[in-house]
Amino acid sequence: MDFALTEEQEMIRESAESFLADVSSSQAVRKAMMTEQGYDDEVWQRICEEMVWPALHIPEIYGGMGLGYVELAVLLEKMGKYLLCSPYFSTVCLGVNALLVAGNDEQKQAYLPQIVEGKLKATLAYTGMNGRWDAHAVQATYQTTSSGFELNGQLRFVPDGHIADLLIVAARKEGSQCEDGIALFAVPATTQGISRQWLPTMDQTRKQAEITLHGVVLDQSTMMVDENEGWSKLSTIIQLAQIAVAAEQMGGAQKTLDMAVDYTQEREQFGRKIASYQAIKHKAADMMLKAEVARSAVYYAACVGQEVISEDGDPVLIDDLPQAASMAKAYCSDAFFFNAGNAIQFFGGVGFTWEYDCHLYFKRAKSTETFLGNASYHRELIAKQLLDADGDVS
Amino acid sequence: MKLQFSAEDELFRGEISSWLADNLTGEFEKIRYRGGPSDEHMYPAERHEWEKKLAAGGWTCIGWPEEFGGKNATIEQQVIFHEEYARVGGPGRMGHIGEGLTGPTIIAYGTDEQKQKYLPTILDGTELWCQGYSEPSAGSDLAAVKTKAVLDGTLKKWRISGQKVWTSLAHESDWCFVVARTDPQSNRHKGLGFFLVKMDQPGVEVRPIEQLTGTSEFNEVFFDEAIAEDILGQPGEGWTIAMALLGFERGVSTLGQQMLFQNELDTIVKVAKSNGAGHDPALRQRIAEAHTGLRLMRYNAMRMLSDPTSGDLDKSALVYKLHWASWHRNLGKLAMDVLGPESEICESGPYDLTRLQSMYLFTRSDTIYGGTNQVQRNIIAERGLGMPREAKG
Repeated sequence: MDFALTEEQEMIRESAESFLADVSSSQAVRKAMMTEQGYDDEVWQRICEEMVWPALHIPEIYGGMGLGYVELAVLLEKMGKYLLCSPYFSTVCLGVNALLVAGNDEQKQAYLPQIVEGKLKATLAYTGMNGRWDAHAVQATYQTTSSGFELNGQLRFVPDGHIADLLIVAARKEGSQCEDGIALFAVPATTQGISRQWLPTMDQTRKQAEITLHGVVLDQSTMMVDENEGWSKLSTIIQLAQIAVAAEQMGGAQKTLDMAVDYTQEREQFGRKIASYQAIKHKAADMMLKAEVARSAVYYAACVGQEVISEDGDPVLIDDLPQAASMAKAYCSDAFFFNAGNAIQFFGGVGFTWEYDCHLYFKRAKSTETFLGNASYHRELIAKQLLDADGDVS
Repeated sequence: MKLQFSAEDELFRGEISSWLADNLTGEFEKIRYRGGPSDEHMYPAERHEWEKKLAAGGWTCIGWPEEFGGKNATIEQQVIFHEEYARVGGPGRMGHIGEGLTGPTIIAYGTDEQKQKYLPTILDGTELWCQGYSEPSAGSDLAAVKTKAVLDGTLKKWRISGQKVWTSLAHESDWCFVVARTDPQSNRHKGLGFFLVKMDQPGVEVRPIEQLTGTSEFNEVFFDEAIAEDILGQPGEGWTIAMALLGFERGVSTLGQQMLFQNELDTIVKVAKSNGAGHDPALRQRIAEAHTGLRLMRYNAMRMLSDPTSGDLDKSALVYKLHWASWHRNLGKLAMDVLGPESEICESGPYDLTRLQSMYLFTRSDTIYGGTNQVQRNIIAERGLGMPREAKG
């Protein structure tokens, strides 16, 4: 048993820290977030070519670095800390994971090397218009045709859906319900019948899109998994993504704590640093507790994620993926929101201004809390496992 | 980062679990799951016998160096011991103060003669220890101790006068370690000594404290020119030794404590499933939150017990007490809310509480003893976040 980061993981953490401090300053974030594209081309190019981060957990046979999910979590923590504006989350934590979990070898060969080279951005499009995150979220439909499939429907809340080159689309057989009838398709975004619309969002550092599928004709090779395995693979992809969001949230929770405490060491009122007031110290202590527990939640969940993407993962840990992901997402969502909200309070009046960065974190905290299910949603999933006889997690 | 224990450690787990299965039986069956927090007053004689049984099996003081009779067990093995012990409902340890606090302190600060005198009877489970730290006016503020130690020129021993409080098992113990002021002119953490005092003597009186549970696990101990058998270290070194002592446990028992928490949570889940509370959406949220909190507590502990050279890990240790104490207090309330109207009904009259009622009431002390939540928050803010220290009176 050893729950400390390895030397290699510490190195990834340090190099991410220095690179992101440089390219993802407050100024850089504000510039990128004001664009519809949502990121700076040059920074993304450096991420792909200089840091080779998209290759991180792609197996070596597809040209990747073959590292694990803990390494990815360490990196995501720093991206969350610096509010990095980039298609990294969508491409790697949704696209790559989907290909690793549900892609056949041909699909992996076709897309993963391109992602390694920085030539392809990907995302996962599974949520329809009903605002759900479970199997009911899949509302787009597919029909089998003589040469393949035809897809129709509307997808919403798709991260970076307006700029991704490859869409991993979940669609259900017409008339199917809930977990049944769901299949996954790897669809180039330029395919005829797809229209995409950027959705302006309150958190400008994370871009979302609405995608309309209107008689999209696909050949057989685009199908990743059919209705027999669709939901089981999709739910694994979603759970891996929840862990990734939680890692970013933990970085944000730590950063908002650090910002807030630094400020209380400068700001004086009634002739004292406000850090000297117990009302402030005790709130800061609660924030640190949340950041630390969030860190434990993420490290554990990342260890589970690692087993899931490994060839010979530990079956006991693999079985724990749904609960590990829900625990991490529930705890980190609450922790980040708590810390980001308190940071505004610590900064006082200036925390309420556009000029200070508090609001950027406060908005990111809310968008990531909502994305892939908030804390209540995940606690109910856990409650089902604990309290309901069938343990059904639908 | 590795979640699994090594094959060697798993062998160790097999050894302790099969020993417990073979020995925690017969006359000891009735003390399984007994004598833990909120139940420490129960079955003292049987639990003392059990200490000797454990010792005979070689399962006391396993973390001590081999030269003093221990197994020099690694942190992992100690964790495993505590886990397996709690898993089978091992009775609350009467020897834990001697094994976990006095022994390691004597090993670190005692003379050879003191080691030979005190360690063997801790090891074999025959002599029990209690601790004399807190006083009526020195609770969270331990450095405010007023108990005095005066050197008796004829006897060449120190005599202790004063009052200690919240001393658990005082009436069952053979020995007490006492922090007392050797220099009457001194204040705060200067001028203190660390004394080893025999309980069975005219100058020592033990009075039980009746708690809000109606039972008595803690005591007041009055010293009136009681003779201290020994002083550990030199006069004036008491504070250093007292602080070192608090660091000795290093949290290895926390995973065992979590097993007890798991038992309590399992009971609550069982009740919720049977009485319909498990269908209440608000209670479902709280049960899931309690479950999550306990599992994350385990990963915190694992971080805390992993290589302590990384800065991150010190932080997980700093928040640990505040986390478990607050979590457990919430669990107590959850237990009552899940029970609903049944939560009011006692086991029997006149005031025999159910286990969950005792637990609920006892958890109000969790956020007080061993550093209140407020003191914990000061420590976290000051040591973990570098915020200004509180002004000291």
